[in-house]
Amino acid sequence: MIKLNIWISKHQNKMTAAIAVLIALSLVSDYLIKAPIVATGAMIIASIIGAIPVALHAISALKNKVISIELLVTIAVIGAFIIGEYEESAVVTFLFLFGNFLEQKTLEKTRSSVKSLTKMAPTTAELVNEDGTTETVDVDDLDEGDRVLVKPGGQIPVDGKIISGTGYMNEASITGESTPVKKGIGDKVFAGSLTDNGTITVETTSVGEDTTFGKIIELVEEAQDSQSPAARFIDKFATYYTPAVLVIGILVWAITRDFPLAITVLVLGCPGALVIGAPVSNVAGIGNGAKNGILMKGGNAVNSFSHVDTLVLDKTGTLTTGKMSVTDVDNFGDKTENLAMLSAVEKTSDHPLGQAIVKYVADQNITETPALPELDTVKGQGLMGQNDDFKILVGNERLMKANNVKISAEQKAAINKRMNDGDSVVLMAVDQELRLVVGVNDQLRSDAREGLQALKDAGLKRIVMLTGDNKVAAQRVADRLPIDEVHAELLPEDKVTYVKKFQEQGSTVAFVGDGINDSPSLATADIGIGMGTGTDVAIETADIILVKSSFDALAHAYVLAKKTVANTKENIIIAVGTVALLLLGLIVGVIHMGSGMFVHEISILVVIFNAMRLIGNKSQKLDTDQVLKTAN
Amino acid sequence: MAKVILQLGALTCPSCMTKIQKAVENQDGVSNVKVLFNAGKVRADIDESKTSADKLSAVITDLGYEVLKTKVKEIA
Repeated sequence: MIKLNIWISKHQNKMTAAIAVLIALSLVSDYLIKAPIVATGAMIIASIIGAIPVALHAISALKNKVISIELLVTIAVIGAFIIGEYEESAVVTFLFLFGNFLEQKTLEKTRSSVKSLTKMAPTTAELVNEDGTTETVDVDDLDEGDRVLVKPGGQIPVDGKIISGTGYMNEASITGESTPVKKGIGDKVFAGSLTDNGTITVETTSVGEDTTFGKIIELVEEAQDSQSPAARFIDKFATYYTPAVLVIGILVWAITRDFPLAITVLVLGCPGALVIGAPVSNVAGIGNGAKNGILMKGGNAVNSFSHVDTLVLDKTGTLTTGKMSVTDVDNFGDKTENLAMLSAVEKTSDHPLGQAIVKYVADQNITETPALPELDTVKGQGLMGQNDDFKILVGNERLMKANNVKISAEQKAAINKRMNDGDSVVLMAVDQELRLVVGVNDQLRSDAREGLQALKDAGLKRIVMLTGDNKVAAQRVADRLPIDEVHAELLPEDKVTYVKKFQEQGSTVAFVGDGINDSPSLATADIGIGMGTGTDVAIETADIILVKSSFDALAHAYVLAKKTVANTKENIIIAVGTVALLLLGLIVGVIHMGSGMFVHEISILVVIFNAMRLIGNKSQKLDTDQVLKTAN
Repeated sequence: MAKVILQLGALTCPSCMTKIQKAVENQDGVSNVKVLFNAGKVRADIDESKTSADKLSAVITDLGYEVLKTKVKEIA
C-alpha cells in the first residue's frame, strides 16, 4: 500500500493522461463507431484508474482524522459508479486529477520568486585545512571558526570575517544592491554574496540557516505561510465546511432518497477555490516583494500595511543617509591654499564634520597639505594652533569671537545663510582673519522625494518626520520633501509617544526607521518598517524589512500590499460566487456532477491566474538569474 | 534535542499540510512541528533518544510524499 502510494503519486500525471485517452476513446466509439460496449468499458477503466489515487489520498487523510476534499470526491465517484453513471465518474476523476496537475504547475509559478532566491543559497565550500590544503565540503559540514577559501567569481558560502586577501563583493542577494563593495581583512562578508574579483580567506562566524541570507530565506518562507486574517478565517471555515458538505450530502439522500442528487452535492460542495484563493494571493505578493528586496512578514503585515494612512519617518539614517557632506564653501583669499590648510587641520580630527571636509577637499584634487603648528582642542569650539609664523583657528563662531577674529558684514551674511539652511558651519581663520565658511550637512537620500510622493499618490494621507535633530535642520529637510508634519528635538521615547498619539487619533501608523535606536517605535507602530542593510535588530523587530535603504522600495511595498489585499478579496469573491452559482445551477437543474467539477476546476485556475498578476509587478531590481549565472 | 528540516517535493493541497502536520506531531519525542506549505518544508524539534530524522522521513513517505533532503542540527 505504501509503495503503491508513492508509485501513484509519482505517476499521477501519466495516469491522468491515460484517463484522458480512455475518455476520448469512449466518446469516439460511442458517437462515431456506435460501439456502446467499448464506450462503457473505456469509461469503467478510466473511472477505476482515476479513483485509485484520489481514494488513497482520502484514506491517508482519514487515518489522520482529516476529512479532505478527496474524500468527498471519492464517495461521489464510487456512488456514481454503483448506480452505473460511468461517464460521470470518469469525467469527475479526470477533471479532479487534471485540475490538480494544473494547480501544481501554476502554483509553482506563484512560488517562483522565492524559489529563485533559495536557489542562490550556497551549497559547497572550499575548506582550508590546518596544513594549508583545501578540500570541497558541503556547507552543512562547516562549523564556526572554520576557514574557507573563496576564489574570484566564487560565492561566499558562510557569514564570516575576511582574514586574508581583499576583493569586491556583490551583495545583491542580501541588500539588493549590485554595485560591488570593496572588502578587506577584518571586514564582514555574507553568505550568498559573490566575489567580483580577488581571492579571500574567510573565518566562519555562522553557517546555513544562521547566516543573514539563511534568515532572510527562512523569514520569507514562513511569511508566505503566515496568512492574513481573511485567509485564516477561510482556512478555519474550510476545516468545518468540508465535513459539513459530507453531512449535507447524507441528509439530502436521507430526505429526498435521491442518490444521484446527494452525490452531486458532494462534488459541488468541494471547497476548491475557497481554500486556495486567499493564500495564493499572499504567496504571489510576498514573493514579488522578496524579489525586490522587500521582506514582508506574512499576511498580517501585508494586510495592516495596506490600511496604513500615517507614515512616520525618522530623519537621520532614514530620510538622510546619515553621512555628512560639505554643502557649500565661501572662500576669502587663495582658495586652494585655504582648503589645503583646512584639510590638514581636519585630518587630525575624527569628528564626522572633519571627515566630511577632508573628503571634500580630496575630491577637489587638493592633495598637498601644508605643515602646521601643533593643535589644541578647545572644547565645544574647535581647534587652534600657533607657531612663530602664524596662528590658525578652525571651529564655530564662538571660537572666532573668543579670539577676536574680525568678521565682515559679507562674511556674517554667508554664515547666516548656511545656518538658515540648517547646516553645521565650520569656520577657519588665519592670523585673526576669517578665510573660510564651510557648510556641512547630512545628505538627503536621492529618491526620498519621489518615493514619498509616490506613497502619497498611492493613497497615504499623512507623512510625519520625527527627529532628534534641531528644528532648523529638521525644517530644512522637510521643506524639500512632501512632508506634512515635523517634530524636532525628540528623544527616542518621545518618538514612541507621537506614534501612540497618532494611533489614539484613529490612524493606522507605519514607522520607518533603521532599527538601531528606534526599535521601540518600530514595535509600537501598527507596522514597523526596518530600513537598512539587514541588521539583526531590524529583522526581528520590524514587520517589513527593506534590505536596501530606498524610498522607491518603500513606495513599491505599499502599493504591493494594497494590491495583494485587493487580490485576496477578489479571489474570495470568485470562490464564494462559484459555489453560490453552482448551487443555483443545481436547483434550477442545469448543473450535473461532471459540469460541476468542471466549473470548480476552472474557478481554481481563475484564482491562481488572478494571483499571478501580482508576480509580474515591477521586479528588475534584483536579477537573480544574472547572479546565478555569475555564481556558476 | 535536535532540529530537523525535511525538504519535500512541492505540496499542492492545503489538506496535505494538515495531514503531514498531524502525522508528524503524533510521533513520540517530536515538538514544534511546522509545515511550510509553500516552501515544501517540514521543520521540527526532536528528542533523539525517542525518534530520529529518518523515522520522520519514513512517516512522511508513508503518507505518499517524497522526502528530497533531510538536515539535522544539534541544539543544546
